[in-house]
Amino acid sequence: MARIELRKIRKQWGEVVAVEDLDLVIEDGEFVAILGPSGCGKSTTLFMLAGIYMPTAGELLFDGIPVNEVEAKDRNVGIVFQSYALYPHLDVRRNIMFPLKFKGVPKAEAARRAVEAARLVHVEELLDRMPSQLSGGQQQRVALARALVKEPQLLLLDEPLSNLDATLRLSMRTEIKRLQRHTGVTTVLVTHDQIEATTMADRIVCMRKGRIEQIGTPEDLYERPDSLFVASFIGAPPINLLPGEARDGRLAVGGTELELLGAAAGRVILGIRPEALRPGEGGLPATVLDVEPMGRETLFLLETPLGQLRALLSGATAPYGAGDRTAFTFDPEDSILFSESSERRLPDVHVRLPA
Amino acid sequence: MAGYGATSRQRQRINAVLFLGPACVLLFFFFIAPVIVDIFVAFTDMGRTLRITELTTANFERMFTRDRRLAQTLVVTFMYVLATLAVFNVTFGLLLALVTTAVPERVGGFFRSVWLLPRMSPSVIYALLWAWAIDPNERGLLNQILINTVGIGPIDLMNDHPLLLIVVANGFIGASMGMIIFTSAIRAIPEHLFHAARVDGAGGLAIVRHITLPAIRWPLSFITVYQTLSLLVSFEYIWLITDGGPFYDTTVYALYVYKRAFESGQYAYGAALALMLVLLGIGLALLMWRFFDMKRLLQTPRIEVH
Repeated sequence: MARIELRKIRKQWGEVVAVEDLDLVIEDGEFVAILGPSGCGKSTTLFMLAGIYMPTAGELLFDGIPVNEVEAKDRNVGIVFQSYALYPHLDVRRNIMFPLKFKGVPKAEAARRAVEAARLVHVEELLDRMPSQLSGGQQQRVALARALVKEPQLLLLDEPLSNLDATLRLSMRTEIKRLQRHTGVTTVLVTHDQIEATTMADRIVCMRKGRIEQIGTPEDLYERPDSLFVASFIGAPPINLLPGEARDGRLAVGGTELELLGAAAGRVILGIRPEALRPGEGGLPATVLDVEPMGRETLFLLETPLGQLRALLSGATAPYGAGDRTAFTFDPEDSILFSESSERRLPDVHVRLPA
Repeated sequence: MAGYGATSRQRQRINAVLFLGPACVLLFFFFIAPVIVDIFVAFTDMGRTLRITELTTANFERMFTRDRRLAQTLVVTFMYVLATLAVFNVTFGLLLALVTTAVPERVGGFFRSVWLLPRMSPSVIYALLWAWAIDPNERGLLNQILINTVGIGPIDLMNDHPLLLIVVANGFIGASMGMIIFTSAIRAIPEHLFHAARVDGAGGLAIVRHITLPAIRWPLSFITVYQTLSLLVSFEYIWLITDGGPFYDTTVYALYVYKRAFESGQYAYGAALALMLVLLGIGLALLMWRFFDMKRLLQTPRIEVH
């Protein structure tokens, strides 16, 4: 197990900067998710941790020891690729045993450990199959066993669930989390799926265009997003964002004005999560434009003086139909304000409906 | 609607003739007919006059009992094919493919092009270049290099090591085919397999052994079979560079057939020898087909793309 430290890590491909001045500390035994849209540099970062790519600049430390120059084969990391990357000409047993071949583990012990690893991910009955005879989920498990069999100091997961169907994804999420707790291995998961990140990881690193936007617990990112990007990337259905102008303690949004709590001036963006809106509790008038039942919850599209807003209410049966008129309110703490120019959150600034 | 069905069938027949006809004609005239003619001539006494006076098995009798050259020719052929194949067409081709895919693409592409040059140049020019390169006096390229840099020589490759000469000359050409096939096969290996192997602790050589070679097993088998047959029947470079000499030292079976038939004018005997070559080729092909389990190659796709 290891504590991983990235200091001003940078990766360039010619003129193209894939990762820029990345600073990150991953504690021993921690489960960290790197979350971001495609092309944000998250996989590049993972490949640098694995030793497949070498950083252009910066320092990478495992337990305080610089590993920049250490090749992938000597880093003792385990990795699961999105495509699983099982060796097609080897059966499951030999696939799992493969990493042990290079660690000088005696054949008999390697075989025993392979069975053990297979048992851990419940593929012990598949040991003599070839990868081409396995389903996606089974290949995934074998890939996990192969990554874990050498008892790595760092486990890397590159979009491991993207190729699985929804039900399998759900169970694999739990499974991977269980394995991580069980082995206590420091784990880095790369994903573009916020649900994967928030459900599995202790901490989330949200990346955009090669830079870290925010590091925090799932709760931090959801409730206190540092930037407009994080606010809009996390949360489904997405947060309501409304442009406005702050002046003299008031915020002009759409056709109305809200009371500003805290200091802000100039052009800002007001963010309110759909689940923070409370229709039917007075306040600003709203007309229901559309109703989308989502199973246990219902999504309403509202026409309001602030602009169009999405509101999420629990309950499968909708209390309103399209065309209905109601009024809504929200708690000041649930409103988030961002500077329009810097796209950063204005800390401790909220808005309140006028009394 | 019976009429419609009839015209449809008729059109199908016409289409079959139209599309398959030309290929069938070519196949017949250039592949089947020559074999039939060869088999026929092999059982005659046809000579330079092209007159046939009797049908006979004398050619085969001569081949199996009296032709003292034949055994030597077979030995030369065996050594030539084996050495060229083992050193150049497969091994060196594979090495070229491995190296040129491992270095940056521009460098790799350059070296691949260089190794394609002999294949692209006309055989006579290539042979003339070799004649100049191995010229036994001091003007020869090889001797200039040996005398000026190593300080030995001059040597006469043609006389002293003729078999080595034809193996190298053919190998330089033959390596390019394997190189190209192997290069594309290596490129087709999904990159994440290499990544996975590196993370799993495999070094460069281990990756070649455990990832690359298993993945290109089928192209490797194919090139081996194909080049064996190709080497067995081609002799143009040998003919141009050494003319089978000195004496019969580099006369491979195919060249021997040519010499008997067209230089000595023993058409019937040449035909009989050629027939044996065809049978030898078929036998060898079947043997290797079996050995490499090529049937599986043709059954299902072997390269799995994820």
